[in-house]
Amino acid sequence: MAVTPDEVSRIATLARLAIDQTDAPYYATQLSKILEFVAQMNSVDTSGVQPMAHPLDAKSRLRDDAITEVDQRALMQSVAPAVEEGLYLVPRVIE
Amino acid sequence: MDLHATSAAVLSKALAAKQISSVELTKTYLERIGRLNPSLNTLITVCEELALEQAQAADTRRANGAAGRLTGIPYVNKDIFCTKGILTTCASKMLANFVAPYDAHVVEKLNAAGMVMLGKANMDEFAMGSSNETSHFGAVRNPWDLERVPGGSSGGSAAAIAAGLAPLATGTDTGGSIRQPAAFCGISGLKPTYGRVSRYGMVAFASSLDQGGPMARDAEDLALMLTELAGFDERDSTSADCAPEDFTSQLNSDLRGLRIGLPMQFFSADLTPGVEERVRHAVDVLQRLGAEVREVCLRHANLAIPAYYVIASAECSSNLSRYDGVRFGHRCEDPSDLTDLYRRSRSEGFGEEVKRRILVGTYALSAGYYDAYYGKAQQIRRLVQQDFAEAFETVDVIAGPATPQTAFELGAFSAKPVDMYLQDIYTTAVNLAGLPAMSIPAGFSDGLPVGLQLIGNLFDEGRLLRTAHAYQQFTDWHLQQPAGLKKLES
Repeated sequence: MAVTPDEVSRIATLARLAIDQTDAPYYATQLSKILEFVAQMNSVDTSGVQPMAHPLDAKSRLRDDAITEVDQRALMQSVAPAVEEGLYLVPRVIE
Repeated sequence: MDLHATSAAVLSKALAAKQISSVELTKTYLERIGRLNPSLNTLITVCEELALEQAQAADTRRANGAAGRLTGIPYVNKDIFCTKGILTTCASKMLANFVAPYDAHVVEKLNAAGMVMLGKANMDEFAMGSSNETSHFGAVRNPWDLERVPGGSSGGSAAAIAAGLAPLATGTDTGGSIRQPAAFCGISGLKPTYGRVSRYGMVAFASSLDQGGPMARDAEDLALMLTELAGFDERDSTSADCAPEDFTSQLNSDLRGLRIGLPMQFFSADLTPGVEERVRHAVDVLQRLGAEVREVCLRHANLAIPAYYVIASAECSSNLSRYDGVRFGHRCEDPSDLTDLYRRSRSEGFGEEVKRRILVGTYALSAGYYDAYYGKAQQIRRLVQQDFAEAFETVDVIAGPATPQTAFELGAFSAKPVDMYLQDIYTTAVNLAGLPAMSIPAGFSDGLPVGLQLIGNLFDEGRLLRTAHAYQQFTDWHLQQPAGLKKLES
């Protein structure tokens, strides 16, 4: 299945990647090749096969509804690009 | 004793007998790293100061009679495991400035064992690659031939052991990332059962496939290290709740009654004759040691790679959405608005292969394509798992090649991603099914190492290690060292 440069731009928007117009045809070719390769999956009929999400078919573990986290805000924010008074700074989002 | 070519098990005995101290051992390795690593590029960060502190602490602990088997033994840690206060880059520009605020569970375990971390090993960016060429910090060289790749993604770990820069290393294996570099570098590597080793603090790539494990010279060392790495951790939602096991206790050289299966699909036209000859010879050796060999059928093996690339890419596109330029990691200069901040930070921070996989994964999960790609891949995953389950009704261990060929030249597959993906043809099925598997040295083809892959049933690492150990009692492939390094050593 061939992917067009326009589709690459649409997917890049969904993935929050900036792929510029000059690179889009390159990625379109690469993606098309990969999708053509994975299309081999269609050589086998899988109707009725239960999809497998996890190797051990594990169930989610439950725990008591008790507070286990301690406040580590300062530690976690020590690796942030921009913080002020405990808040993460981003460009203005509300005019 | 040639320290850099000595196994951890032997070093452990030398430490216990006070023939050498951990500080002396650590200095020997650091000095060798200083001499050889500039040519090999196996490490992103060398932790000289920390290593000497840890070695000193290990010697003190030993003097106090509180040493364990790996206390004072140096290792290198794949740069995918978070290390508190130390750069953890995952070989990406995105995390080039990331000093982890906490330790991974694996690091906590190795610290508790008293091991000495020499450095953080180079790898493919976010573990996405089979050649170690996607690293932001440059390719790793294969110690057996500096013009060839060490394999990936745990290429730095494998090359470091092969070059005698450390006796042990951590690795991670999502689609073959421990076994393929182990094969290419002539060392031993074990991908444990999914859930055996905690993923807490291990940078996520594809969470239903990712599994950390040990890399070493031989099976005995793998057993020693796995004993430390394994264990339940409530902070990993898929951690398996198993009783602690000493994986060294089952090692012996008797394979009588062991049933080994050879999957005909692993001896296909893709397999180069040099690798096939060595693998078949290794199976003959196992037979001579008492194992019974029969054929098994993994009918859907050829569909494992397509299904793997859909599932791994889908999970990576979701996992890597956390890199937003806001909370940690790379942030672009002067963003005009929030969307620009996200998009430019991510595009500048991620390399080409990572972006390609995020795009494939986003496509496969997007409206209208989900059933055709992700749903279909999950159904094939079930078929692959069922093939293995059927095979393990009649055999105990499955044997075959780890890779279709030996280490290839740097740049051989640049801009040919699908051809590169096919290098993982014999490894990805194991991850889809969550099984344990290893690669051990089985000889050479044109002077380059060949890996024998052994695959076990769920949580049957003990039997896998016993099989590998028996083979290594009878062969000396795992003792060979790259002759070409001599030039760098002088």
